Amino acid sequence: MFDYEILKLIWWLLVGVLLVGFAVMDGHDMGMGSLLPFVARTDSERRVMINSVAPHWDGNQVWFITAGGAIFAAWPMVYATAFSGLYFALMAVLWALFFRPVGFDYRSKVHDPRWRTAWDWGLFVGSAVPALLFGVALGNVLQGVPFHYDDDMRSIYTGTFWALLNPFALLAGVVSLAMIVFHGANYLIVRTEGDVQRRAARASLIFGVLMMTGFAVCGLLVAGMQGYVQVSGPEAGAVQSPVGKVVELQAGAWLGNFAKLPLLWLFPALGFLGGVAGVLFAARMKGVHAFVASSVAMLGIIFTVGIAMFPFVLPSSSDPGHSLTAWDCVSSERTLDIMFWVALIMTPIVLSYTAWAYRVMRGKITIAHIEANDHSVY
Amino acid sequence: MIDPGAVDLARLQFAITALYHFLFVPLTLGMTFMLAIMETVYVMTGKKVYLDMTKFWGKLFGINFALGVTTGLTMEFQFGTNWAYYSHYVGDIFGAPLAIEGLLAFFLESTMVGLFFFGWDRLSKGGHLVVTYLVAIGSNLSAVLILIANGWMQNPVGAEFNPITMRMEMASFWDLVFNPAAQAKFVHTVSSGYVTAAVFVLGISSWYLLKKRDLDFARRSFRIAAAFGLASALSVIVLGDESGYAVTEHQQTKLAAMEGMWHTEAAPAGFTVFGIPDEAARTNHGEVKIPFALGLLATRSASTELPGIDRLEVTLKQRIENGALAVAALESLRKDKADAEAQAQFAAHKVDLGYGLLLKKYIDDVTQATPEMVAKAVDDAIPPVAPLFWSFRVMVLLGFLFLALFVIAFWASARNSFEQKPWLLRWALWFIPMPWVATQVGWIVAEVGRQPWTVHGVLPTHLSASTLTSGEVMLSLAGFFTFYTLLLIAELYLMFKYARLGPSSLGTGQYHHEAGGAIPSGAVAAPVSGKEA
Repeated sequence: MFDYEILKLIWWLLVGVLLVGFAVMDGHDMGMGSLLPFVARTDSERRVMINSVAPHWDGNQVWFITAGGAIFAAWPMVYATAFSGLYFALMAVLWALFFRPVGFDYRSKVHDPRWRTAWDWGLFVGSAVPALLFGVALGNVLQGVPFHYDDDMRSIYTGTFWALLNPFALLAGVVSLAMIVFHGANYLIVRTEGDVQRRAARASLIFGVLMMTGFAVCGLLVAGMQGYVQVSGPEAGAVQSPVGKVVELQAGAWLGNFAKLPLLWLFPALGFLGGVAGVLFAARMKGVHAFVASSVAMLGIIFTVGIAMFPFVLPSSSDPGHSLTAWDCVSSERTLDIMFWVALIMTPIVLSYTAWAYRVMRGKITIAHIEANDHSVY
Repeated sequence: MIDPGAVDLARLQFAITALYHFLFVPLTLGMTFMLAIMETVYVMTGKKVYLDMTKFWGKLFGINFALGVTTGLTMEFQFGTNWAYYSHYVGDIFGAPLAIEGLLAFFLESTMVGLFFFGWDRLSKGGHLVVTYLVAIGSNLSAVLILIANGWMQNPVGAEFNPITMRMEMASFWDLVFNPAAQAKFVHTVSSGYVTAAVFVLGISSWYLLKKRDLDFARRSFRIAAAFGLASALSVIVLGDESGYAVTEHQQTKLAAMEGMWHTEAAPAGFTVFGIPDEAARTNHGEVKIPFALGLLATRSASTELPGIDRLEVTLKQRIENGALAVAALESLRKDKADAEAQAQFAAHKVDLGYGLLLKKYIDDVTQATPEMVAKAVDDAIPPVAPLFWSFRVMVLLGFLFLALFVIAFWASARNSFEQKPWLLRWALWFIPMPWVATQVGWIVAEVGRQPWTVHGVLPTHLSASTLTSGEVMLSLAGFFTFYTLLLIAELYLMFKYARLGPSSLGTGQYHHEAGGAIPSGAVAAPVSGKEA
């Protein structure tokens, strides 16, 4: 139905949509977890926060799992190269995430305050560390990571874990963490009341401003950064392997797509507009509006990064010709086609029952509700 | 280039994390359906005890489920982190069922499980029942998809090698989905999960009956577990046999190893009930055999011969030698696409490409392989006999013991006499760990039996790993070991605590520990631990 080139482009978009979906859905419960030790002061307040996402965190986490699975299916070279190359960064994300399912489910099953405090910090780590590291990873991808392929197309990564923690990448990590916390704070405004809600509104202001500042600074740094440009190579629609092209580094090349198609400035603009609107709505305790605004901001920020690099998705700093692009990191035409139809049919179904689940569980979580349902809530 | 130590450690890491994940999966597969059955009875009869049963067994299910989710995360990312070349080489096919598993199964299961736990007051009776069924369907659907992925590793259908991208690519999605190996594995695996859940509920209910507490609750749970368990234990054996039949078609090396068939016997071959396999002498000591049984079961015929290891090795040698030609032709083609001679040689031998890759363990230029190297590769191509032989026999023995347990338990519950049979109750109690033993050794039969391949006949295990050092894989292994141990301690602590507490943990005020009304309000769980004795 579509030719290979269009399918490749569709999958670039779909991966972006999945990442935005992950940020919007899992992001708000990760934001809650990152704020847990700070916004709540008592055990009941912490339980209010945790129970605001109790019926949903597991479904939200599937956005993360599905993003991983979809990258495996559609971009197997990226899945293989990035995950084995950024090995300990991935391990750190994984180990941090371990504390989420058990943290949610086990925390309130024992009364001992030490047990509960330990799991509260577990939830904090399981929320804040992945949020930070996703940004760090993207910050490194923007600068290029050192890998190449041998004759059998085996990927060889030549960097170290510590090199990932460079200043630009850490700044990108701060932006990512800030946007997740901002979004989580806005969610808490919707689902809580009283002191927790007031403190969440303050967090929304702090982290919304931090997000926008960090995003602006990152943007200025990216403008001066060495970007990647493909000079020659196979046509976008051709069956190809990622080692048959010539790539050059040019300062400011990451802004090339915006210069070519100025309409694309809309995406960074959405990052700021969503940020400002989110902060303003949060200050007026308009939680749902603020939540939508921070979702828009995340969409803007994530697509800004994707568009800046397009068609590159994983540039190689040590052998730029081996960089992965949306044209050469992909699965076969048949797999992309089948997976496109699966995604097209399943995504609306998933979105509808997710929306239904949120509708069923809507309303404020109160301390009175926690105390009345001590045996059945988290 | 590839560190052999790192490959072994990566295998160990995969085995440990997969087996650990598979401690939680079978119980989830079975418990979700048992919960759906209990809740169905509640909706149909309106008896509150069935509601309490759904909620209490649901609590234990939840404790287990949390770790299932946690350890599943590892599995989703491990192919990329530790098995990068595998991911590149077969991701075009293998990635698809994993992504579909997320979209079709995990979203459903995980969204609905939240409503199962927290939606009691928000949904109508019927609405909640539908949610519970959707959890069960979602979790079982995820088993379908992951076993389609695994079935493809066992029997790689519907795929073709592409020399330009240097990987296997999907030729037919429907062949992948309707792979007979996957179908047989799915039914066998999910029914083993149902047995696990049935033994779990039967054993814990028996303990309440032995302690003479919460009798009505325990009796009803016992009956449901006995009936559900009987059906499941029967199907696990019948469908396990089907799974064995599928093995004979696709993986003769696995069957020969798990049966210790060193030599080809005249059809129909006998089944070795007992024996001590001796790899060095290539024989089994002290064999006890049932004549004809294996041949009849495995081939569904009296005249089809089953090749023993001796016969398989002849074929393997031929395929490895042909495969070396395919590998050499491919290497020429990668340098010069237009090389007509190489094209012809590749086309003639590409079915054996994977077999040629087995030689890469010993030499980079496979055309230079010595006869000793070929002999070693042939030897590698037969999975280790003793572990498979024993794992298989432990699994089958346990399968029949589960059947015996459930036949008696079902009979006793029909006669209403199980409370007078303390030996039966004790058997059920002490048998609680056994389904885990059976499912773990079952995994070993299936996956060790796949060696030396990650994808049978296509990609050898030693080529599949990431380019990592032993030290790196050791460090991540140490991390998993530490976290998994801590999490298991927390899980078992809660599981025992809540199992001991029983339905009193629901806080309805009607059960054993609450009868004196001594439960302090606002105490979710801790209160009772002190008064249990």
